[in-house]
Amino acid sequence: MASNAAVPFWRTAGMTYITYSNICANLVRNCLKEPYKTEALSREKVHFSISKWTNGKPEKPTSDV
Amino acid sequence: MFRRASRLLARTTTASTWRRSRAFSTDVPATPAQDPNFIDSWKKVIPNLDPPKTPASFMTPRPVTPSSIPSKITVNFVLPYASELSSKEVDMVIVPATTGQMGVLPGHVPTIAELKPGILSVHEGNDVTKYFLSSGFALIHANSVADIIAVEAVPVDRIDPGLVQKGLAEFTQKLGSAITDLEKAEAQIGIDVHSAMNSAITG
Repeated sequence: MASNAAVPFWRTAGMTYITYSNICANLVRNCLKEPYKTEALSREKVHFSISKWTNGKPEKPTSDV
Repeated sequence: MFRRASRLLARTTTASTWRRSRAFSTDVPATPAQDPNFIDSWKKVIPNLDPPKTPASFMTPRPVTPSSIPSKITVNFVLPYASELSSKEVDMVIVPATTGQMGVLPGHVPTIAELKPGILSVHEGNDVTKYFLSSGFALIHANSVADIIAVEAVPVDRIDPGLVQKGLAEFTQKLGSAITDLEKAEAQIGIDVHSAMNSAITG
């Protein structure tokens, strides 16, 4: 049973479909006119903070906005 | 080990020549939500309790494929953050599939199409609404319902031509200086998306 469709170039380079799709979406958002650009970028903004644990204790969290 | 393999292969090919072992989902009639045999035997053994609900009874039954082709397709065009078109009846949609621009009319064969960055046009009478999609999927069902899902979709007039040109030049240059496969892939994606936006604005 051979595969019919050719493998897309991004998959041979080790990228998953979700990564590919998100990259495409980000590129489109960056090319919008104002004010749509700012509202799209602020809509997609993700707030998270990472804290590493060593010896059973949490260190100071690093936050990335 | 290899003698068994050749026998298995022979068995599957002979089976497929004279009968499909699994029917397509559109040929099978919609299964009833509750199996009548099970309910009858339940009631004989335990008449006082209600029979248990199966997952199938919670789902809405699959819509029946109409015997005659409907006159319009129903389009559901959704994005992660908004629903652009919800059950809108239109005459035709043209979706940018990876295999090329695909026109979908009522009665189209059920299809699952992966979309590439390009223009989706919705034709209703004489009105044409165009959106630029970043990527996504188009699912066309047997009952002429089209579900189009995209991550990002904008009307074509919201794209800034200057930024598109700048991005295209930047990614062409990145492709030239890319070393790893991943960098090359990212640069190639950048070129594809920007040239699609370019042809969307100009074409």
